[in-house]
Amino acid sequence: MQRLTPAPSRGAVNMRGITTTALSLVAKALSGATTRWIDCHPDTCQRVYFANHTSHLDALVVWASLPAEVRNLTRPVAARDYWDRGFVRRHLAKSFNALLIDRTNIKVHQSPIDLMLHEAGDVHSYIVFPEGGRNPEGEIGEFKSGLYYLGKKRPDWELVPVYIDNLNRVLPRGEFLPVPLLSCITFGPPIWLEPGEPKTSFLSRARSAVLRLKEA
Amino acid sequence: MLLGPGVVQLDFHTSILLAVVLLVLSIAFGVGQFLRRQTETTVNSAMVQAFNLRVQTWWMMFAILAVSLLIPFRAATVLLFFLVSFWALREYITLTPTRAGDHRALFWVFFAFTPLQYILVGLGREYYDQYSIVLPVYGFFFVSARVALSGDHKRFLERTAKIQAGLFVCVYALSYAPALLDLQLVDSHAMASETDVNNSPPGAESPEGSTDLESARGNWQGKPAGILFFLILIVQMGDVFQYGWGKLLGRRIIAPTINSNKTWEGFVGGVLSSALLGTLLTLLFQVTPFNVWQAALMSMVTTIMGYAGSLTMSAIKRDRGVKDYGTLVEGHPGILDRIDSICFAAPVFFHLTRAFFSR
Repeated sequence: MQRLTPAPSRGAVNMRGITTTALSLVAKALSGATTRWIDCHPDTCQRVYFANHTSHLDALVVWASLPAEVRNLTRPVAARDYWDRGFVRRHLAKSFNALLIDRTNIKVHQSPIDLMLHEAGDVHSYIVFPEGGRNPEGEIGEFKSGLYYLGKKRPDWELVPVYIDNLNRVLPRGEFLPVPLLSCITFGPPIWLEPGEPKTSFLSRARSAVLRLKEA
Repeated sequence: MLLGPGVVQLDFHTSILLAVVLLVLSIAFGVGQFLRRQTETTVNSAMVQAFNLRVQTWWMMFAILAVSLLIPFRAATVLLFFLVSFWALREYITLTPTRAGDHRALFWVFFAFTPLQYILVGLGREYYDQYSIVLPVYGFFFVSARVALSGDHKRFLERTAKIQAGLFVCVYALSYAPALLDLQLVDSHAMASETDVNNSPPGAESPEGSTDLESARGNWQGKPAGILFFLILIVQMGDVFQYGWGKLLGRRIIAPTINSNKTWEGFVGGVLSSALLGTLLTLLFQVTPFNVWQAALMSMVTTIMGYAGSLTMSAIKRDRGVKDYGTLVEGHPGILDRIDSICFAAPVFFHLTRAFFSR
């Protein structure tokens, strides 16, 4: 039923493989995440998963919800100011192969979008949170324009909406100890940037694609 | 006590009963699979699906229980119930609205109070005084005070009461089921004769003549695993009997706004059928120290409590506007949906057994 390309055969089991598998198991156990795919299947083609942002666990749990073959090719895009602080976070970010973006010091010539396009090549997919920051009330804020530029520069990438439910209660803003409630990650049908579609209407369409999964 | 060497939890009679139950469930599983393959016109497919789901859940439930009882340490069964409690509490809190101010209280509820209760239960009957009060008293104080400390007073009493209720039903009440395993049971027949001795006026001839009191209150020769198994089997079968009698004869719905499946006819039929089942189990397998009428009474009380439990949890679900606990996804029954009757029945069953059938 699931359309999966077989994983490239790896020789020996390496240490990073064990760390990532253990990490995704822990993330899934802690967040009790149910994964749903609605009108969408796991695939190793290049995609941008865009999700609502509610908790520091978001990137980790969405990444862990993907099947291993897809997960190995998918990199969460995360804030450098959070994930580059301290040994543990830095090590975690390395384990799930995060692409760290400097939110505070964006240079004109080396924009995050250019970095993402460069790093992805023809292989990797990304998990992004277009709201830019976490939304404490659980509502979904306005999307920033990064998703639009990604869609414009790489029209071949599938843009997959993801709705994250209840993770903000597992690890709310300002807390460092999690409460192991159950959460739900819903992947929805991909969207693309239509030719000539204005930025604002695309971004609001993308936002409503995420919102629609809340009711599904 | 916790790791008593060579203590086998199961005795011969309970093993036989366990095997019979697993066999019956396997047959039911086979029948369900057969029905599933029939064409839609001959059988009600929704009902077959519900039946199959039930049978699968029971099969899992009893298989896991059997495995935990086969391990010669009581700790294995205590651990199993701890995991069930933990998961049930997870489901409960997930569907209960909480606020950011409850977060730290919840952390300690999950990672300190829930394990603590099961550690005390695991330590055995000497810790009865501790495990019977730690959650209702200290857990109660802690949750209230920790939520107050967060500074968020909005709907304070409602929020704390919800957390306390969850802790009470999912953890405290359920922990009485594995606590049964450490009771020192006495033989009911011997106890009855002892009562006769006490009731006889001095000088009058008692039926046992000069029975030595100590030997009269002799230890029951079976293992306590039998009564845990008896409790769970009666609760589960009580649910089935109620459902069956309700479908057959149900006219008067008890609480239409809470659960339309529960009728007075089903209730009475269920309680009486359970009494019959308890009697049969006692006659055929002797898994408990109860005699026939005691087994019938215990079964009736257990079923009534189980009924109260599932009605209560239905009321909470109705209030939340959901059909099942379980995941956030509609239509997936969770662990809490399966154990709600056991939660209410276990403490009462424990207290009755402790008061009348243990030393």
